Amino acid sequence: MAVKEITTTDEFVKGLWRDNPVFVQVLGMCPALAVSNTAINALTMGLATTFVLLMSGLSVSALRTFIPREARIVCFICIIASFVTAVDYIIQAISLELSRSLGAFIALIVVNCLILGRAEAFASKHNLLRSTLDALGMGVGFTVALLTIGVVREILGNGSLFGVAVLPGSFQTWTVMVLPSGGFFAMALWLLVVNRIKERQAAAEKHAQEVAS
Amino acid sequence: MNVPQPLERPPTSAWSMYRSIVGIGALCALLIVAVYQSTAARIRENQERFLAAAVAEVLPPARSTVAVVLADDGRLMTTAETHELPVLLGYGDSDDLVGAVIAAEGMGYQDNIRVLYAYSFELQAIVGFKVLASKETPGLGDRIEKEAHFIANFDRLDARLDVDGKSLQHAIVTVKQGEKTEPWQLDGITGATITSEAIGNILNTSASRWLPVLERDARAIDYSPPTEEP
Repeated sequence: MAVKEITTTDEFVKGLWRDNPVFVQVLGMCPALAVSNTAINALTMGLATTFVLLMSGLSVSALRTFIPREARIVCFICIIASFVTAVDYIIQAISLELSRSLGAFIALIVVNCLILGRAEAFASKHNLLRSTLDALGMGVGFTVALLTIGVVREILGNGSLFGVAVLPGSFQTWTVMVLPSGGFFAMALWLLVVNRIKERQAAAEKHAQEVAS
Repeated sequence: MNVPQPLERPPTSAWSMYRSIVGIGALCALLIVAVYQSTAARIRENQERFLAAAVAEVLPPARSTVAVVLADDGRLMTTAETHELPVLLGYGDSDDLVGAVIAAEGMGYQDNIRVLYAYSFELQAIVGFKVLASKETPGLGDRIEKEAHFIANFDRLDARLDVDGKSLQHAIVTVKQGEKTEPWQLDGITGATITSEAIGNILNTSASRWLPVLERDARAIDYSPPTEEP
């Protein structure tokens, strides 16, 4: 059987859909559920995580021959923690209000298993170009997933989107959606949608293969 | 059947591990210091702007402020340092003392609540209130920031001192919604009982500590108005 060659485009695209970190790998659940109560919080957390993923992926890939196997975890954590500290300062410099609303979750990016996972499983074994594309794809996939959860929670929980009212004043907001349990409800809803689409795609591919053979 | 043998790896030297850990540690330290140095001024500016906006909101007549702290001898003295929970004296257009703005914090339902309140020397009352940081339950505890009848408590919340000037004449307490009968009582919020009671406790604790000192020393503070930049 012919093995399909993995192109550089695949490295980027896989994080968006096929191996989406939230909806497929179910990684980084702590920020995905805790900080997605509004769209702006979800977007900021997604962008901060993408920045840390990209920079740590680049650094680990560039230093992969310098880091011995036995010391790799301590080195990866040190690199990731430094970029998280940097992004924390940068967000405080951009907007103090945003930094306050994200609270401790920016610092907790350090322990997001998605980032250490990509550093260990991918960046430490691949060149700069592939590591960059992989980190960007995973980061964008993570950001989009958080944003979709945040959009549903903010619209139903506050009647607004990015702080702008989108539902009529007569709409009784579902407070539960901005509470922690609302994160699970929105996540479950999107998992249903994503899995349904994936099932239909798989069925269509199987049918196409049967027709071809 | 051939059993695959594990790959033999050459042992990693201690020097190689030492070099990589120390080298990466140094690079990371360099990165953190560089980012801190380049963002520190902007972060400080943001903090000052945030505090200035909050002060303007709780004590509108104040045109400038002076930060004060308690000296070792228990007297009030001015300070140039920035504190997490500042106490500021507010001065009006004619450089007269119009009030004090005090930051305070205490335990709420979920976590610590940090608030800013304004005290009027003339009215001997709390005349402004703002929540600086809170993680109270959305839709319930966070109503302390939005509920009109609760905010109305701070139009003139009695905080006068007793005849000795050493403690509050009446403790600030939160009562059930609709049961407020005295000017030193906070009309609570049904559904946010613990949070609204926490606000009463935070204000009572902070006012009991600061108001006697402020009433005694604030007017004696040497105030020099900020000079206009050319």
